[in-house]
Amino acid sequence: MTAVPPTPPAAPERRRLRARSGRLPWVLVLPAVAAVAFLVLPFAGLLISAPWPDMGERLRDPEVLSALWLSLATATAATVVSLLLGVPLAWLLARTEFPGRRLVRALVTVPLVIPPVVGGVALLLVLGRNGILGTHLDAWFGITVPFTTAAVVMAQVFVAMPFLVISVEGSLRGADRRYEEAAATLGASRTTVFTRVTLPMVLPGIAAGAVLCWARALGEFGATITFAGNFPGTTQTMPLAVYMAMQRDPEAAVVLSLVLLLVSLAVLVTLRERWVNA
Amino acid sequence: MPETFPRSRAAGRRPSALSLIAAATGLSLAATACGGGEADEAGRDQEGGNLSGELDVFAAASLTDVFESLAADFEDEHPDVDVVLNFAGSSELAVQINSGAPADVFAAADTATMGQVTDDLGLDPDWAGEHGEDGALFATNTLQIAVPPDNPAGIETFDDLAEEGNDVAFCADEVPCGAATTEAMEAAGTDVTPVTYEEDVRAVLTKVELGEVDAGLVYATDVVSAGDRVEGIDFPEAEEAVNDYPIGLLSGAQNPEAGQAWIEHVLGGGGAELDAAGFGTP
Amino acid sequence: MGSFLDADLRLSRGTFELHAALGAERGEILALLGPNGAGKSTALRALAGLVPLEAGHVRVGGRDETTTPVEQRPIGMVFQDYLLFPHMSALENVAFGPRCQGADRAQARERAAGLLEHLGLAEHAVARPGRLSGGQAQRVALARALAVQPRLLLLDEPMAALDASTRVEVRARLRHWLEGFDGTTVLVTHDPLDAMVLADRIAVVEEGRVVQQGTPAEVARRPRTAYVARLVGLNLFHGTAEGTTVTLDAQGEAETVEVRLPAPAEGPALVAFPPRAVALYSEPPHGSPRNVWQVRVDGVERFGDQVRVHLAGPPDLAADVSPAAVAELGLVRGQAVWAGVKAAEVECYGA
Repeated sequence: MTAVPPTPPAAPERRRLRARSGRLPWVLVLPAVAAVAFLVLPFAGLLISAPWPDMGERLRDPEVLSALWLSLATATAATVVSLLLGVPLAWLLARTEFPGRRLVRALVTVPLVIPPVVGGVALLLVLGRNGILGTHLDAWFGITVPFTTAAVVMAQVFVAMPFLVISVEGSLRGADRRYEEAAATLGASRTTVFTRVTLPMVLPGIAAGAVLCWARALGEFGATITFAGNFPGTTQTMPLAVYMAMQRDPEAAVVLSLVLLLVSLAVLVTLRERWVNA
Repeated sequence: MPETFPRSRAAGRRPSALSLIAAATGLSLAATACGGGEADEAGRDQEGGNLSGELDVFAAASLTDVFESLAADFEDEHPDVDVVLNFAGSSELAVQINSGAPADVFAAADTATMGQVTDDLGLDPDWAGEHGEDGALFATNTLQIAVPPDNPAGIETFDDLAEEGNDVAFCADEVPCGAATTEAMEAAGTDVTPVTYEEDVRAVLTKVELGEVDAGLVYATDVVSAGDRVEGIDFPEAEEAVNDYPIGLLSGAQNPEAGQAWIEHVLGGGGAELDAAGFGTP
Repeated sequence: MGSFLDADLRLSRGTFELHAALGAERGEILALLGPNGAGKSTALRALAGLVPLEAGHVRVGGRDETTTPVEQRPIGMVFQDYLLFPHMSALENVAFGPRCQGADRAQARERAAGLLEHLGLAEHAVARPGRLSGGQAQRVALARALAVQPRLLLLDEPMAALDASTRVEVRARLRHWLEGFDGTTVLVTHDPLDAMVLADRIAVVEEGRVVQQGTPAEVARRPRTAYVARLVGLNLFHGTAEGTTVTLDAQGEAETVEVRLPAPAEGPALVAFPPRAVALYSEPPHGSPRNVWQVRVDGVERFGDQVRVHLAGPPDLAADVSPAAVAELGLVRGQAVWAGVKAAEVECYGA
């Protein structure tokens, strides 16, 4: 029992390396497969039944092209606006204490819950020609917002920005705040800490939020058609064009949906490649 | 409200994947009022002329008030029949019906939409033999210019719509009221560029009610249903674009007897109700 | 006038209370030594301004910094896991501080490059922190803290994240690098060896209080608490001295124990002697002025080339004996033995 020379720890490292990772748990795999099937099969349905020969012709249709272009441009503009406004808001929610913070946080998520059409009406009531603010905008500056491309962007920001705010707030909360402390001990002001340390460190979260926001803006329909109306070239985005096509020719609507889908996928994949390779 | 199709009713006729998707998209966008009873065993005891069971009526949204009132009368007359009304845009209903939604009777807001159904699912052959392959016309609807209550832009004629500075909302070409608008515009020989092509007549009304536009082109019935929130202005060119409302008993109806009776009820006794709602007679 | 660093840190966090007065001169390295949760890291963060004081003060070089915001304090800090910004190269990390202090890009990079070279990291300047070894990362962190030319350098467990072999090397070099620093260094550690090797002064922190302050030699020779005694490897007892005898404070119901001293003393006293000064006998020894107690073997463990025998008293103590002695005495747990300590080996100092 006395001075037995301690046996050197038997290389557990190696054994761990050799160990087979256990069998995949079916309780997780089966629901996961079901989830994928549920999400992918409708797609597959679209792809299979789409009138592919028409696709090229549709893509050359100037009205489709203008709707597609308008969609991409407005969704991108809405994402930029959401980033400029939403990231500071997320920071405020995640990093500061102020009276009513919880309430603000709850209000931010309201657009996620209310039907977009209601959101559109709400925007009209505020920014419309006879809206609370809109009246003054019209009287003082001669600006009317509804039925303009700006209104499309606003409607998209309204429904899509919460996705960004929530996503960025989450990653800010998850970020290691000690890096910010380290920056402060090096003499960095709060602004510098935010731009040079916090922002770069939560960039993946911001990117994820921006993608979510962009995708939501791209698919936005209800608030847009209510607040911005539907006019080819200025306010008719792809989802509106799809809806209109649906009224007369459901097959055309499917083709348009696929065009929107493929273009947005292409954009996302390209961006992803950029990030991964960067 | 639950979408109660596809139910087993449309056995032997598989809806195409495409029309299903279209229907689902349409459904999610529209305020559907879909009856969800399970009383599929429709009563067939024709002996005493007694009708029973559930009667599924799919009707254009503009018929909401009239049909609800007519259904109440009908149920008083036939206490064993449960009339289930499903209102939505005609084209959405057409897609639903063609996709196998459980409907006995379809009342459309225009003949073209009824055509979508007669071309695909088709009407009950016996009934059609009697009333025509394209359904029976039971009402007409005429366009009116809807303006906000005090008519701030002072619009009086169709030509006023084309004036600089007047914001106008039209229905999109793709929906029946939009097609009618185009016909009226051609009849007037005036080129009006609206600020928006709305997805349906309700959306046009909303824009007018909120004062976001100076005028919108809607049906007389919509002006009536909007009450005093909008004013309607008749214009002669509207006569060129009168909309006919067809009704028909659908092929494969689960309760054809009740369906037939309902159609008689609408064609025969609906006049006063339709008139009050702003409809005309064919 | 107080010392160059003159701090009285008072704050509370829930039930934990920190109440520590710290002082050190320019060029000195002060080690805060204590067990986990003693509050030494909190004290360091309070010096940095990362946690606010409830009372007390922080003065550096005669200037009151008590309410100065973190970013304006004359400090440099090396964190336990270094916290190098992962999105910047080593050079950018080091240049970050000078940039914040208003240096232009070129100046900042030049100063950073100089420091990295001084610390032998010139070839790693462009590396991201993820590609650096633990020792390299620690040096970059040190360079980053020095780059802001602080008057107070704060090191939080600088060795904790290093593996044992690197530690020996880094410890020696750290001392060398810190010699060139003309401010005060405060170093937090739970490793007595770090404190002994690196520090000019040691402040032992337990439960939010400084229980002992002094040079490493003083602390090592005359520990004041059981924790320090264990760290420096001494048997330590509290008692009351009268002449050349100390009566140890009784532990519970046990009989009182007396310790004879080499020189007279009076009043409350601490008594310390190393385990290697304890000899074990199977029979009561005779002759020579020894302290002899009958004790019981509580446990035996290997300790370097010696064997440490834990003995249950009174008094409870540890003895280091040779493996041969263990064999000769046939020590097993529960066995009664006699423990003897020469009076000359006993250190007695005021409690």
